[in-house]
Amino acid sequence: MPFRIPTTAGQQFSLPWIKYSKIDNPSTGWGVALRMFFEIAFFRSLFRNTKADILNGRLYVGSNKWLWIGALAFHYCFLIILVRHLRFFVGETPWCISLIDSIDSFWQIGLPMLYMTDIIIAAALLYLLGRRIFNPQVKYISLPSDYFPLFLILGIVATGILMRYFAKVDITSIKELTLGLVYLNPIVPKGLGSLFYIHLFLVSVLFAYFPFSKLMHMGGVFLSPTRNLANNNRMKRHVNPWDYPVKHRHYEEYENEFREKMKKAGIPVEKE
Amino acid sequence: MAGLPKPEELISKVNLKKMPSKKWMDTLPVEFKPGFYCYGAKGKNLEYVEFPNARDWSPTDPDWKLPEDWKKIVIEGIKQRLERFRTFHVFMDICVRCGACADKCHFFIGTGDPKNMPVLRAELLRSVYRKYFTVGGKLFGRNGGARDLDLDVLKELWYYFYQCTECRRCSLFCPYGIDTAEITIIGRELMNLLGLNTDWISGPVANCYRTGNHLGIEPHTMKSTLEFMCNDIEEITGIKIEPPINRKGAEILFVTPSGDLFADPGIYNAMGYMMLFHEIGLDYTWSTFASEGGNFGFFTSLEMAKRLHTKIYEEAKRLKVKWILGGECGHMWRVWHQYHNTWYGPVDFLEEPVSPITGTKFENAKSNKIVHISEFTADLIRHGVLKFDKSRNDNLIVTFHDSCNTSRGMGLFEEPRYIIKNVCNHFYDMPDETIREQTFCCGGGSGLNAGEIMELRMRGGFPRANAVRYVREKFGVNMLANICAIDRATLPPLMDYWVPGVRVTGVTELVANAMIMKGEKERTMNLRMEPLPGKEEQ
Ligand code: HEM
Ligand code: SF4
Ligand code: SF4
Repeated sequence: MPFRIPTTAGQQFSLPWIKYSKIDNPSTGWGVALRMFFEIAFFRSLFRNTKADILNGRLYVGSNKWLWIGALAFHYCFLIILVRHLRFFVGETPWCISLIDSIDSFWQIGLPMLYMTDIIIAAALLYLLGRRIFNPQVKYISLPSDYFPLFLILGIVATGILMRYFAKVDITSIKELTLGLVYLNPIVPKGLGSLFYIHLFLVSVLFAYFPFSKLMHMGGVFLSPTRNLANNNRMKRHVNPWDYPVKHRHYEEYENEFREKMKKAGIPVEKE
Repeated sequence: MAGLPKPEELISKVNLKKMPSKKWMDTLPVEFKPGFYCYGAKGKNLEYVEFPNARDWSPTDPDWKLPEDWKKIVIEGIKQRLERFRTFHVFMDICVRCGACADKCHFFIGTGDPKNMPVLRAELLRSVYRKYFTVGGKLFGRNGGARDLDLDVLKELWYYFYQCTECRRCSLFCPYGIDTAEITIIGRELMNLLGLNTDWISGPVANCYRTGNHLGIEPHTMKSTLEFMCNDIEEITGIKIEPPINRKGAEILFVTPSGDLFADPGIYNAMGYMMLFHEIGLDYTWSTFASEGGNFGFFTSLEMAKRLHTKIYEEAKRLKVKWILGGECGHMWRVWHQYHNTWYGPVDFLEEPVSPITGTKFENAKSNKIVHISEFTADLIRHGVLKFDKSRNDNLIVTFHDSCNTSRGMGLFEEPRYIIKNVCNHFYDMPDETIREQTFCCGGGSGLNAGEIMELRMRGGFPRANAVRYVREKFGVNMLANICAIDRATLPPLMDYWVPGVRVTGVTELVANAMIMKGEKERTMNLRMEPLPGKEEQ
């Protein structure tokens, strides 16, 4: 990192009687850790989001939390669903996964239990997709590669929900398959419908596509120099690893050019 | 304003919801609209600081007189910067095009041009990056948002990197902290590899290299300017001040942007500094060589910025001062605060700054030894060192414009407000979404305060002006205070255009006007030589 350029989002640390923003404008490593935590766990910056409109020649800036809600809902559901899937890869379901499972299926509607996350992730994905289609600004900036993962994940979610609530696939045979894969001893159980293979295929595509695509954004948050550095440049010197000397003008050259004028004006000079 | 439509007409045609029917990659070549681009750099100015491809040049010339291998130079330039700047590398990769930054940019709000949405401004360069540096871009091509670099693309990049004031408002809202200002900074570095600079930036850079300041003020002229101000001070207060210049052994070197030495209302601020320092008996000096705190080099390349800024510490060393006090300026403070210590340090020939008046140690500046005048003054006021007659500012209903650089590149919010509230009776902040870290740009930062782009400036400054109009209608605000020399140059025309009747002032001018000086005569005029409230001619 050559330069420390955090985006400061609150009062700096300066005089002792001025209260400073320890999290939004951190001057210490702890402050930075907290700032990062709020960014990653709660999408702090997105929470600030506003919306600008021009009406009758006036500008109105209002708060706008929909993207924040949609993105947060999507990511947490995605995470929980991912974790829940682990039970297919281990023989005995660990207690922590069962716990998540039971909280998630809090609203028990019939059998099998209905997961809240399934509904929320579907809604959130439709919202994110809807923005790309109906919000003119977002539509204009979107690339084909922005729709692709949304459709892909929507496909995964749809096949998943269908399997669970409608097609009712046999979990035991899926476990046979996955455990077989985990222990490098693949077997193909009978009785798994095409729905399952579509689901599996889409997931494989997602994982294959991951490294080339914008889905890499997950790592970026941690690396982002406007967020993960302390605002303490005047307190502590940071070294630029590739610093090199530059040519600059020396006072001597300056005085040589202007000496007579300086003397005439009574400005002190080095060389008379 | 000459040549511009009436304010209502200017903005009524802007529709933030209506996007062009063509996809943005299909809108080349870009049309160079008068009022939206600066004049090209003069060859002699580029040559003076040894920039490549120095020649007279105009953006509307069909032939940009580029070197034969210009494409290679740009690609190599990108490569080198990807290796050097983690910011650049990360920001090129991680944008998800969520659009959170889109309507945060004052230039998008004021022009409705989608390529002024920060995300698209960045995509202009990102698309080139993808093509030449990523597997995804090579694999998926246009579907993955990649495109070839050609002359039309280069012209588009230039046009839009000089329609960004590097204000960083976008970076505040981005979920990943993507800072389009940083991309603009690097984009402009790439342009400078080909000699594609503007007259308004390269002129001051060359001046600053030679004379020490952007305006090209030579030492004897600087002295007479300061003395001229002191004559005015004597007329107003009855107190005679001798400005100390290039004085060796002073305790403090004072550096401020040269704009304060030249034009109204900056000069009143410079008078204010001298009155304040005189009143507290500060042992300080001006320097004719370090006569510029601002740094237009920062708007060309980080290397040029370093080349210009080095003289400040060199002067501090030569004059054997203990520490440096900096005046009111925006980008000067971004550079001093976030870059200078890394460029020049360790600054071990200076001492950790301590206020000689109050004994306060400026902990936050202990390494680079540079203190902001607002920090210094707020501390004086807090310790009750200064006496004020606030009623002298009673004709002013004041609001405060947070400068982008000191806001999002530093976090200086409370100090100036504390000062204003102590010297003025009437102070009202603008709405929350338009101040502090969310502040809107004046529309003319980063070297875009040129006269030929007045239309762009009036459009870009519209969100700021709109907020001022709000407090004018609600509280009768008639004075817009700030701590930036660029603001003092750009806000007056902005106010005249959008909110006539609102004037512009530096914070130190307000301080000096209210400050009761030892031995002063009864004051009847403010620093602008207008009658004080209650002292109008009967
Ligand atoms: C704190 C870190 C993260 C933040 C702030 C964040 C934020 C976002 C945002 C704003 C979107 C855009 C929604 C849209 O308009 O399309 C998005 C999409 C997405 N994110 Fe994250 N994300 C984070 C971490 C992750 C992680 C760890 C994953 C792990 C797999 C992930 C996977 C995705 C996927 C799959 C999409 C939707 C597809 C798309 O629109 O590209 N994100 N994220
Ligand atoms: S807010 Fe950030 S991630 Fe979203 S479009 Fe803008 S730059 Fe990209
Ligand atoms: S830095 Fe400021 S001017 Fe530049 S794109 Fe971002 S918001 Fe717009």
